[in-house]
Amino acid sequence: MSTFNFAAEAEKVNPLIPHTAELIVGAVAFSLLFLVLRAKVVPMFEKAFTARTEAIQGGMERAEKAQLEAQRALTQYNEQLAKARDEAQTLREEARVQGSSIVEELRAKAQEEAARITAAAHASIEAERQQAITSLRTEVGALAVELASKIVGESLDDQARQSRIVDRFLDDLEKSK
Amino acid sequence: MLNLVRSGAEGGEFVPPSAKDFELPPIFGDNAFTTKPIFLVFFSVIVISVFFIASSRKAAVVPSKLQFAGESIYSFVRNDLARDVIGHEFLRFVPYLFTLFTFILVNNLFGIIPLIQFPAMSHVGFAYVLALFTFFVFHYVGIKKQGAFKYIKEIMFMPGVPKAAYILITPLEILTFFLVRPLTLSLRLFANMFAGHLLLLVFILGGEHLAQGAIGLKLISPLAFGIGIVLTFFEFMVQCLQAYIFTLLTALYIAGALADEH
Repeated sequence: MSTFNFAAEAEKVNPLIPHTAELIVGAVAFSLLFLVLRAKVVPMFEKAFTARTEAIQGGMERAEKAQLEAQRALTQYNEQLAKARDEAQTLREEARVQGSSIVEELRAKAQEEAARITAAAHASIEAERQQAITSLRTEVGALAVELASKIVGESLDDQARQSRIVDRFLDDLEKSK
Repeated sequence: MLNLVRSGAEGGEFVPPSAKDFELPPIFGDNAFTTKPIFLVFFSVIVISVFFIASSRKAAVVPSKLQFAGESIYSFVRNDLARDVIGHEFLRFVPYLFTLFTFILVNNLFGIIPLIQFPAMSHVGFAYVLALFTFFVFHYVGIKKQGAFKYIKEIMFMPGVPKAAYILITPLEILTFFLVRPLTLSLRLFANMFAGHLLLLVFILGGEHLAQGAIGLKLISPLAFGIGIVLTFFEFMVQCLQAYIFTLLTALYIAGALADEH
């Protein structure tokens, strides 16, 4: 069984009495640390703090400016787009009008041409027909007289009579048609 | 180190730890400048300087991990202590408060750091020195701000107090400003570190002693060690808290000296 050794208590130390060496060392060490921290550490941290504050503020300002810029660009684009659309509309309208007028013109020209060609054709046909009729009349007359004289056997020398007979015959023919 | 002092402890008799255990012999030579607490204090200066210079050397807008660690401590002292307590003039006191906080904190923490395990602030000399610095700082600030005469006058004759009350208040105020403040500041720090270390010694040396005793005592020994470990965590809290309190009170005294009316 152990007993407490009170003898140790005899050599008492008063912990409230400082050692001179510790007072000196405490003051020197603390001052040293103060100088180092004040010269090397505090300014660097303060610089970082300031830079951070500025960076945040600057960033916010920059963002705001960029947003404004974007807004302006957007309205500008919208305006341009609307203008382009209007322009396209006008162009289309113009083209349509122009196109239809061209078509109209062409059609008129074509019709005119057609009419001209038709008229020319009619005229030539009429002329040819007239010519054919004239030539047929003489030829058919001669042929018929020859035929008739051969059949009848009597000479129909008299030119005038011949012609009269033929004409009458043809007239009858035409009438009966 | 302790074994040198406590040579009597092995003989079966338990020597309760006392103030004597704080008086460590010189590590070498035979003078008061080569003791453990002295080395610890210088070591703390080196550790703090190296850590904070390394963490602030490349201080950038986006902090590195190291910078973040150092900056957290710095901004705690700067914003939560200096700025919140002192107000708009706080910036010129930040270096002092920052030094105070880190110096006390590291020297306190030496008490629970393995292999070091001795809080330098349990030697009253260091605490006296720090309290003296604070004493000079806040009186200097007050005198510079308000002029020596006005400053002393306001301490001695607090404005807004009936004249008859000065008989009581004036001595009390003088006592408060010139004796109680520095004394409580240093003794609070010293006593907390002293008592905390003593407490750890009791349980850990006690546990060690019990382990060498009879079988019944051997069984109690782990309990003593367990309490010692719990108390170590408790000490960590106390050590941080004391560094905080010392710095906070210094900031409060400075703020009081800066204020026009006490």
